Amino acid sequence: MGEVKESDIKEPALVEIADGVKKIPGVNAVLGPLNAIVNWGRAGSIWPMTFGLACCAIEMMDAGASTNDLDRFGIIFRASPRQADCMIVAGTLTKKMSPVLRRVYDQMPEPRYVLAMGSCACSGGVFNSYAVTQGVDTIVPVDVYVPGCPPRPAALMQGLIKLQEKILQEQFRWSLWR
Amino acid sequence: MESMEIAGKVRSHFPEEVLDICDFHGQVGIVVKREKIVDILRLLRDSPDTKMNHLLDLCGVDNKKRMGKNLLRLEVVYNLYSIPLRHSIRIRAQVPENDPCIDTVTTLWCGADWHERECYDLMGISFNGHPDMRRILLPEDWVGHPLRKEYPLKGREEWSGLEELKNKVVELQEFGLSDGVLRTEAAESQTKGNQKS
Repeated sequence: MGEVKESDIKEPALVEIADGVKKIPGVNAVLGPLNAIVNWGRAGSIWPMTFGLACCAIEMMDAGASTNDLDRFGIIFRASPRQADCMIVAGTLTKKMSPVLRRVYDQMPEPRYVLAMGSCACSGGVFNSYAVTQGVDTIVPVDVYVPGCPPRPAALMQGLIKLQEKILQEQFRWSLWR
Repeated sequence: MESMEIAGKVRSHFPEEVLDICDFHGQVGIVVKREKIVDILRLLRDSPDTKMNHLLDLCGVDNKKRMGKNLLRLEVVYNLYSIPLRHSIRIRAQVPENDPCIDTVTTLWCGADWHERECYDLMGISFNGHPDMRRILLPEDWVGHPLRKEYPLKGREEWSGLEELKNKVVELQEFGLSDGVLRTEAAESQTKGNQKS
């Protein structure tokens, strides 16, 4: 039996897979501060609730289709608010639809984010009239605004990348009911 | 049949009802009184030489700023088309402002149901004998008829349902973790105050 010298103990080779998040090769484990790991997980799997209301929804579908392919960011559209992290409000929100939008938002679990897509969702756009809500930010808190009429799929992707950047900078955002 | 012939036929059957026949770019419109509108449309639908079996559209018009003789304040326009004979005609029934109602044509074309509800919703013309005379596009507790000329573009007052929702949003604010932008009336007045100072 030989003595174990301190110099013989090798540090496991850690691979940095994201800012502050390291992985041990061959072992099913990641190392890092809890914040960094949680944010890394959240930013890499934004599952948006589709709230297509008008022509912007067509561009949103295009962004999800094969040419632009949102799946490569881990963004998978969900049809249920209970499985969603983010709501993409794509299109003109009428006043009659506003209570429905708020209800869907309230059904989403924390943490939840809202992305307002297009001029109408951001500010009401050209529809400054009796029937249209002047911006979804009067009904739900908005994290990212994507301007355009409608924005191109690349603009929506830029908005989602901005949302990822925002998520990565968060500190201790857990649920209220932890 | 030529459009003018159809108009002549209507005039010969209802000489008291037809107020005017106008021709614009080959499209003939018959201006009629509202009282016998169902009989006029039934004649056009059932006569073997017209066979107007298709109601293309039914819409309301506000004539407040419109030039023309024999026009009352409101108007219901029936665009008819004959699928077998391929001819069309337009009937314009005049409706007075103080009694905005006209007989329903859902008895002739059941597809007129939603068109008449839309006309009621946006123009405020009610249809006698309609099976389900409710608003179709706007919320049920909406006040006013937005396509009337005197209705301002932004409306007179906020819809009560939206006021209620906005109050609820303020109430729910403390329960959320989101740090996104929420434009409430309190936040709006605060930013305005900051800009002034």
